[in-house]
Amino acid sequence: MEITSSSNSEPERERAGNISETERWGSLIAGGAMILTGLSQRSLRGALLAVAGGGLAYHGATADKSLPDRAIEATGLDKPIRVEKTVAIQNKSPEELYRFWRNFENLPAFMKHLKSVTVLDERRSHWVADAPLDNAVEWDAVIASDRENQLITWMSVEGSQVEHSGLIRFRALPHGRGTEVKMVIEYSVPGGQLTSAIAKLFGESPEQQIGEDLRRFKMLMEAGEIATTEGQPTGQR
Amino acid sequence: MKAVCWQGTRKIEVENVPEPTILNPRDAIVKITTTAICGSDLHLYNGYNPTMQKGDILGHEFMGEVVAVGRAVSRVKLGDRVVVPFTISCGACFFCQQDLWSLCDNSNPNAWMPEKAMGHSPSGLFGYSHLTGGYAGGQAEYARVPFADVGLFPIPEGLTDEQVVFLTDIFPTGYMAAENCHIQPGDTIAIWGCGPVGQFAIRSAFLLGAERVIAIDRVSERLQMAKAGGAEILNYEEVEVGEALNEMTAGRGPDAVIDAVGMEAHGMGLEGFFDKAMQAVKLETDRPNVLRQAIVACRKGGTVSVPGVYTGFIDKVPIGALMNKGLTLKTGQTHVHRYFQPLIERIQKGEIDPSFIITHRLPLEEAARGYEIFDAKKENCIKVVLKPGMTSDSRGVALPSSVTP
Ligand SMILES: [Zn+2]
Ligand SMILES: [Zn+2]
Repeated sequence: MEITSSSNSEPERERAGNISETERWGSLIAGGAMILTGLSQRSLRGALLAVAGGGLAYHGATADKSLPDRAIEATGLDKPIRVEKTVAIQNKSPEELYRFWRNFENLPAFMKHLKSVTVLDERRSHWVADAPLDNAVEWDAVIASDRENQLITWMSVEGSQVEHSGLIRFRALPHGRGTEVKMVIEYSVPGGQLTSAIAKLFGESPEQQIGEDLRRFKMLMEAGEIATTEGQPTGQR
Repeated sequence: MKAVCWQGTRKIEVENVPEPTILNPRDAIVKITTTAICGSDLHLYNGYNPTMQKGDILGHEFMGEVVAVGRAVSRVKLGDRVVVPFTISCGACFFCQQDLWSLCDNSNPNAWMPEKAMGHSPSGLFGYSHLTGGYAGGQAEYARVPFADVGLFPIPEGLTDEQVVFLTDIFPTGYMAAENCHIQPGDTIAIWGCGPVGQFAIRSAFLLGAERVIAIDRVSERLQMAKAGGAEILNYEEVEVGEALNEMTAGRGPDAVIDAVGMEAHGMGLEGFFDKAMQAVKLETDRPNVLRQAIVACRKGGTVSVPGVYTGFIDKVPIGALMNKGLTLKTGQTHVHRYFQPLIERIQKGEIDPSFIITHRLPLEEAARGYEIFDAKKENCIKVVLKPGMTSDSRGVALPSSVTP
């Protein structure tokens, strides 16, 4: 499994600002492969914005800015926490895994930092994450692309305290080797003023914390439960 | 309940702790009737595992009776008399389904720790540090067993605790070590280390058709027990082992060799362990002497089988000998679940009675003394079993009993 942090991979403004390239790339997005290819240069959010296109209602509030500008803002000004991880899940088809994931209300079962997700409608959901000192962080997310049994991408709506983007892709492996699940998750705070709060949300090693989410997902899907030793007896510590 | 707790290097305390509860739907709680101290517990006892925490409950060889089950448990039921493999396995992942139970993907909640050191994590283990999950162990009156339908094996009628308790670890471990030797008719197997695993490897090698077994140690009662099991013996303090093995095998060398010693308590290279662990451990010199000797002694084209526990790095392994002699190296934590059925059948048929290994039976309360005499090999100690509920006056101390190979 790989863990990648994008903190040292800020895109060049010129490239992110190349409308035709970005949009052509967006139009090729089909199976998610291009998003994944593009991630080494760009933020996930920028990629998803490109995919979503300019006309979606959820950036109405900032519609004065062009799509490429939004991508620059999302990618160039702060250092998002990004984790990219792939696992194989045995004895579960892409269909079964897709169906579980497509109901975002299932996510807090294995994403430790999430307190709740409430599905508002077919594309929109409200997310609440636990932050230290009882400070919950909340945002609305919208599904950016949804290819049944293959790929779901989502991102927080404009103006959220925490910009959160995610991608999950399911692919059958050959010869009964299960389903390959690739997850990319990204969090950032516009302007960076709350960056330390984000770090607190995920502890000392956000890459690891978020990566552990996918491991817990695998445990839940394969074993039906998440291995734990919390709450077992011990002697004097 | 009473439980054997690690409180620091060579500091074992039997404490009163809360009873375990069902934490996950597939859990069961077992009331323990017999448990044992394993040679690898001595690595913890001697403070060589930096991921031990004060208060950790020790023990990974235990059996008892099922007294509670979670809602997702269906194959075992209350009142079943069971043994518990020391490896914790989900039964559903790629590795469990390949019969590679000790490599389970889903049973180590701290999998990130070994991943940093080893690339991937082995399964969770009972009572064996936080590197392998930090699960409370079975040297206690009760233990929680995850994945109970996979990890509990009901015992058929008519067998005593002492005949079956070692199915949890040392018997299958010795057996797998011998099985990994791919024994052919006429083969000679050399085994370094005549502790409990070595003893079971000796008997297993014969069960699997070895012509000769040569056992190497320096502790006389261990060598005596090996001899009783049918082995020829070498005391490495008295002879040069490599030369002796060549003489005994017409210059060809043993067809397969077993390192049943492992890192030993005198040094294990933890270099490169994940960072926090590093801070907690003082680096010492490795002692892979046995592995080196075994590789050099093995005949060309033979097999080197390593059941001995290594956790870190070792230095100066004779890779040239390994490569140029075309040796096969076979290792691994034991896939305990794989061996329950074949081994219990051998016990039922009377081919082996694993209780031969027991030299000491102590009440749970005397665990600290058990660790001490086992570690120091005092009182001719080879294997200690602990009995919750045993009183000091009902105890009997047995010496190595007569054994049939
Ligand atoms: Zn053991
Ligand atoms: Zn498994």
